[in-house]
Amino acid sequence: MDNAQAAPAVHHLAPPEGFIRKYVFSLDHKVIGLQYYGLALVAVFIGMVLSWLMRVHLGWPTLGIPLLDKLSPNGAPGGVITPEYYLSLMTMHGTIMVFFVLTNAPFAGFGNYFLPIQIGAEDMAFPRFNMMSFWTTFVAFLVLIAAFFVADGPPIAGWTSYAPLSAIGKDGGPGQALGQTLWAASIAIFCIGQLLGSLNFIATTLDLRTKGMTLARMPLSTWAWFITACIGLLAFAVLLPACILLILDKTAGTSFFIPGGLVVSDNLQPHSGGSPLLWQHLFWFFGHPEVYIAILPAIGIISHILPTFIRKPLLGGTRVLAGCMLGIAFLSYMVWGHHMFLSGMNPFSALLFSVPTLIITIPATVATLMWIGSLYGAKIRFTTPALFCLGFISVFISGGISGFFLAQPSIDVYLHATYFVVAHFHFVMAVAAIFAIFGGTYFWAPKMFGRMMNETLGKWHFWLTFIGVYAIFMPMHYLGLAGNVRRYSAFTDDYLIPLIPVHKFITIAALLTGAAQFIFFANLFYSRFWGPKASDNPWEATTLEWDTTSPPPFDNFGGRHLTVLNAPYEYNVDGTKGDYIMQTSPEKAVERT
Amino acid sequence: MGKLFAVVVIVITVISAYFVVVHRWWMPETITAIGARVDHQLNETMLEAGILFVLSQIILGVFAWRFGDTSTPRKIKHFPGGAMPLVIAGIAIVGLEILALSFVGSKVWADMYFVPAPADSLHVDVQAEQFAFYFRYPGPDGQFGSIHPEKINDGNGNYFGLDPANDVSARDDIIVGSLTVPVNKPVLLTLHSKDMIHNFYVPELRLQQDIVPGIEIPVHFTATKTGKFEIVCTQLCGLGHYNMRAYLEVVSQDQYDQWLKSQSQ
Repeated sequence: MDNAQAAPAVHHLAPPEGFIRKYVFSLDHKVIGLQYYGLALVAVFIGMVLSWLMRVHLGWPTLGIPLLDKLSPNGAPGGVITPEYYLSLMTMHGTIMVFFVLTNAPFAGFGNYFLPIQIGAEDMAFPRFNMMSFWTTFVAFLVLIAAFFVADGPPIAGWTSYAPLSAIGKDGGPGQALGQTLWAASIAIFCIGQLLGSLNFIATTLDLRTKGMTLARMPLSTWAWFITACIGLLAFAVLLPACILLILDKTAGTSFFIPGGLVVSDNLQPHSGGSPLLWQHLFWFFGHPEVYIAILPAIGIISHILPTFIRKPLLGGTRVLAGCMLGIAFLSYMVWGHHMFLSGMNPFSALLFSVPTLIITIPATVATLMWIGSLYGAKIRFTTPALFCLGFISVFISGGISGFFLAQPSIDVYLHATYFVVAHFHFVMAVAAIFAIFGGTYFWAPKMFGRMMNETLGKWHFWLTFIGVYAIFMPMHYLGLAGNVRRYSAFTDDYLIPLIPVHKFITIAALLTGAAQFIFFANLFYSRFWGPKASDNPWEATTLEWDTTSPPPFDNFGGRHLTVLNAPYEYNVDGTKGDYIMQTSPEKAVERT
Repeated sequence: MGKLFAVVVIVITVISAYFVVVHRWWMPETITAIGARVDHQLNETMLEAGILFVLSQIILGVFAWRFGDTSTPRKIKHFPGGAMPLVIAGIAIVGLEILALSFVGSKVWADMYFVPAPADSLHVDVQAEQFAFYFRYPGPDGQFGSIHPEKINDGNGNYFGLDPANDVSARDDIIVGSLTVPVNKPVLLTLHSKDMIHNFYVPELRLQQDIVPGIEIPVHFTATKTGKFEIVCTQLCGLGHYNMRAYLEVVSQDQYDQWLKSQSQ
């Protein structure tokens, strides 16, 4: 592409003066990336505490949780969580984690920081849009958190907010009036931020690559962020109007999602002509691609980190992995109906949605085979980021396998809405993406902060987390097979009572695994300020982010215009001296991609 | 460190698989013929997916054990044959598995949803609401009275919104809080909701269907064993969702006739 060959423009902005322009309303993609990452850290902490509260309640429903009644006197009188407050916690946990953690950290956070550097650019294509995208997202977060403090509490309709429960207003239950409106407003605002960010990622990748940085030479993480931005542009553009319609149903008396003749709390509702299934179609048309918005950057980050620590390029090179990611992205738009097999839509369409869903396992399997096959004959350096890569492969397999069951309508008819589904999406989307975030953090912290993170603490963090997530989520498969329904705040049904000991086990595992995350928080905080100074390229890696100082200067490369000569992962190339060749190194490497 | 990783991964895999193999927590026994086919499909998938799960985790562990960076210098090796054979094997194995599962599974699904209920089915109308199920039998005249949403009133027990004053066929409708059906008799349910989306889930029937306001959804089943089974709501419908359930009682034809008679009086 011609643009790729052109020399990048000189940075058109001078380094900012003053605290506000430097750290708050910054136009620098690195600061914005860290802002996204910081927001994700705050969000993941809140989301984790919410999951603790839910787990404690599920194991010991009558136990009073200290201080909780101070936070919510109505939701938890005496610290005992009411059924509706449980649903509020669940709704907020899901929303915070999916939007503000799994979308923010691996995509917007790392992507903002490293995409321009990895392609040799000095900044994003539209720095002001970039700043706006973060601050829009920040406002979205505040609006969501505000739902905790309104009179009737946070919404109870789940992160999917199915209508009519989400659309009917206060008759639907506590939290369904203002709380639910804040939820919809927050997500709508969030969509605007993501649309701006996605446009920026696409324009930057296509226009600002430095000389010699062909598409084939882009690192896999950049490929992943680029593909994710393309998905995001189409997916958030659907969720945004859906949320606006939901707000109109709630506040302006429209009936997009509410059918006629509804009687709620003995009140005949003044709505007619809407369809609850319309919301589900719009939501999942966004919602399924959203799963890949979380996991594709994770796949990219893992594929980017792994070669460094196995000291060889990935099997199949960037071409096979990028192909897998493109395949997953393409298919992600044809499968939303697999969330709706039992929704009341025409049962014929279930078969139609089932086939592409099963076909997605092919690119996912090929990617997994490439990672595992790459380990063969490698010289694995077992650093913390490497361990998180291996852990990622393991949990990705575990989560992917259960997809085989749920993709088939004839099995989903039994497993739908059970803990089997909870286990599936937590493994394949949440835990896998979180492992990539951890891997990325340990890997890139030296570059972002100029300081190394502590390896001993990192390894403890890995082992406790790796064993912990299996202890939490593997038993959920068994619960699902036993027919344990999700989104229940207590198990009063006769057939569920024998399963309560399993829930107690999971609760204990969740508390311990959550506690282990404080090792990470402490390590990150301590190393950020007092860790040993990092060299420019501490992992002996090859891509452009390791071709500058740690941390990089304002314009990323100190005025140098890099020329890329090599493929991204040239490790242990025959006939060369060291065991790696930087992308800019003039030493001849065989182009293998 | 690689050896530790291998041991941990393999121990986790073995424990995970063990509880599935011994059916420590498992599906309750099914009470329909189609349920047996759902179980068959699930077991087939479990076998194939289980083998893939165990094999891939073990290979991951073995490679981590075997290929650590040691102080003794050695050259890196590439996977024998390169990427292509693996890519082809991945596409072929998973592709065949998908084809096989889809063909058999689609047949099960089709028999569940595309085969209409037999003509002699017992018709029962189901009304779901926050947070209860109600069941309506047509009574001796075999006709359901028509539904008038504006007449729905939980206070006076008019859960379906019937108008017996003006509607003759509504007068003998039997409305109860649990579903009683005769064994080996096809049952056709028409699912309605008056407020939120609910769900009709009976694990033993291997039957789960959303109940969507504004849409009438028919489902049918034939229970082949007598007993009392729970009907649970699986679609988040509000604060009492966790407590929304009813019972399905499958009884002999004689008991059913007697029960119906006692309800009609």
